Amino acid sequence: MPHTQHEFANRTVNSCRGFHWIPSLQHSPCGPRTNVETHEGKYSANKASEVQKRSFGSAATQIQRNPAYSELTSDDVSYFKSILGDNGVVQDEDRIAVANVDWMGKYRGASQLLLLPKSTVEVSKILSYCNTRRLAVVPQGGNTGLVGGSVPVYDEVIVSLAGMDKIISFDNINGILTCEAGCVLENLSTFVENEGFIMPLDLGAKGSCHIGGNISTNAGGLRFIRYGSLHGNVLGLEAVLADGTILDMLTTLRKDNTGYDLKHLFIGSEGSLGVVTKIAVLTPAKLPSTNVAFLSCNDYTSCQKLLLAARRNLGEILSAFEFMDNHCIDLAMRHLEGVQNPLPASQTKFYILIETTGSDESYDKTKLEGFLLRSMEDGLVADGVIAQDISQASNFWRIREGISEASVKVGAVYKYDLSIPVEKLYDIVEEMRCRLGDNAEVLGYGHLGDGNLHLNILSSKYDDNRLAQIEPFVYEWTSAQRGSISAEHGLGLMKAEKIHYSKSPEAVQLMASIKKLLDPNSILNPYKVLPQSVL
Amino acid sequence: MKILVAVKRVVDYAVKVRVKPDRTGVETANVKMSMNPFCEIAVEEALRLREAGAAAEVVAATIGPAQSADTLRTALAMGADRAVHVLHDPDPARPLLPLAVAKILRAVALQEKPGLVILGKQAIDDDCNQTGQMLAGLLQWPQGTFASKVLLDKEKQKATVEREVDGGIETICLKLPAVITTDLRLNQPRYATLPNIMKAKSKVIKKVTPEDLNVDIRSDMEVIEVTEPPKRKAGVILSSVDELLDKLKNEARVL
Repeated sequence: MPHTQHEFANRTVNSCRGFHWIPSLQHSPCGPRTNVETHEGKYSANKASEVQKRSFGSAATQIQRNPAYSELTSDDVSYFKSILGDNGVVQDEDRIAVANVDWMGKYRGASQLLLLPKSTVEVSKILSYCNTRRLAVVPQGGNTGLVGGSVPVYDEVIVSLAGMDKIISFDNINGILTCEAGCVLENLSTFVENEGFIMPLDLGAKGSCHIGGNISTNAGGLRFIRYGSLHGNVLGLEAVLADGTILDMLTTLRKDNTGYDLKHLFIGSEGSLGVVTKIAVLTPAKLPSTNVAFLSCNDYTSCQKLLLAARRNLGEILSAFEFMDNHCIDLAMRHLEGVQNPLPASQTKFYILIETTGSDESYDKTKLEGFLLRSMEDGLVADGVIAQDISQASNFWRIREGISEASVKVGAVYKYDLSIPVEKLYDIVEEMRCRLGDNAEVLGYGHLGDGNLHLNILSSKYDDNRLAQIEPFVYEWTSAQRGSISAEHGLGLMKAEKIHYSKSPEAVQLMASIKKLLDPNSILNPYKVLPQSVL
Repeated sequence: MKILVAVKRVVDYAVKVRVKPDRTGVETANVKMSMNPFCEIAVEEALRLREAGAAAEVVAATIGPAQSADTLRTALAMGADRAVHVLHDPDPARPLLPLAVAKILRAVALQEKPGLVILGKQAIDDDCNQTGQMLAGLLQWPQGTFASKVLLDKEKQKATVEREVDGGIETICLKLPAVITTDLRLNQPRYATLPNIMKAKSKVIKKVTPEDLNVDIRSDMEVIEVTEPPKRKAGVILSSVDELLDKLKNEARVL
């Protein structure tokens, strides 16, 4: 693959992401943060086009504010107030400050305005106006994205879907949920579970993330191995295009082969082709029997063989297969409250969490116990525990789901989300450990069942030297394995110039054509997803 | 010395309990059942005492239908040596109450002759908090309830128990044999490890009936109806002090 990234480096090196290291984080992973400290001063609308001092950024984030975008005026604000009411227009500094920073504290924008539409029609009016005025817009859900896709880069207007959080209807025969895009995933889960169904996806950020954001990023998560991708589970959606056109594709039909299936364009395009406002999603039946086991394995090869054996022997009841290394366990024990190490005496390097979900408690438990005991006899599993009640099961999951949260508490996290052939998955973790030595802590964990590695590199602070040791090596390595440089997190701002590592130039050109067709003024989530050079 | 631990199979602590539509009881079909959390703590304490050398054997006992054997298997998988299953099919209209349970456990204790009986302080389904106390009374043994710490002196055949009481912590000394009931802070129960689950498969579960033990468990109490508590009315957010005064005066009539 051509390393065209270096061509971008030749452009004028000025602007950069303002970065702010938060010294001690006391927030829960899913809540807004206050008291964000800044090294630079605050930005006003007038200074939005000024060059920002470079304190952090990868070699490719040298994007200037595009002068084609207009700057916000008081007339604009008055117009928004006239269509949204005073409550729908937020200029309060504290609230905007929170919406300007991403969950990891890595990306900060300089937006002056946060809008809270309460209906699709309001979203349509906002976008139609912004398109005419050439005001750039960032659609925002729960703001839990990990690639800087949910916060402004400069002074884009933030359109938050948080005010559109109604459940519209639920078909409890077929398990089809219709709701607005601003519903929090955990709330939807609680609702459908009450009806005897479950959401087809589950992730650590469930307490804050919005279903609209999940769909816009084609979120994967912990249940992917059993229920598959959102491309399969989303039956229909309603989106608003950049010029305000409302595209109603909100069907609840399981099968509909009439024409080109446009909803797939909006699933995973990270808000760059349209703003998702309503969704219809298929919810699987809630099965009564869940069993969770936490296992230790001596080496990575055993983990792979265990995955193969689990697919064969647990088959239809397997619902999660996650792996983590001993560094992750240590980190979780150090930084998470209320967790107990399930295998305190274990000295092994690899840990696996297996979950089964089925309709018959005793049958499933017998099957799981039998499988694990055989695996132990075959040497695939060194030791393990099976949860005897829901609290124990939650404890196991807390460890796996809390790794991200624990990482952020150390200081700086360089996060990489890679799809790699399973046999080679752990190799990159060991390579990075070699490269970085004592300068950083390297964690490897993820959805082994999906071939998806989460590589977290922890350091006390963000620093360009550290970054240079990591990038572009990680991307090049992944590209050489024909893997994906973003398995589920998306490209956002972080990887906006990196798509060539995983997609051919022809494909990227076609994506650019589609973007220009649907958003000719490029007002939706600018500077992200696709490289500037093709737009 | 032998330790007898009584365990109970209850609706899992994390499950949202619902009342059956016919109001005869609580929904238990297709609902996750687990060992009562206080009973887990009791098993853990017994295992720790055995590991410290104060006891030679830990015997788990339960009273219930065939499915209750799962709870005994959990106790065995944690490390108990043997188990006793007193078979009893529950009748929702006449559930097994603490007095009956205590009579059965007394019979089991007289057969097994343990130096210590450990139970959870209460079951999370009925919250009775009576079985341990009644058992001690029936056996005429001393009791240390709500234990947050247990120290066993094997030579002197005494147990020193710190109890969580309303006024603080009370420390008492019991002559063995005795009955102890566990409170939340006594210990953190261990997980069932695969090697122990494997060993548990060959451990013995003795099955008996209340008739075998010569215990009459006829109950004088009959459950007539089980209903949910009345729904709480939603709170009202007021927008001014005047509105508050008006409500206090005219609706609540407290001014």
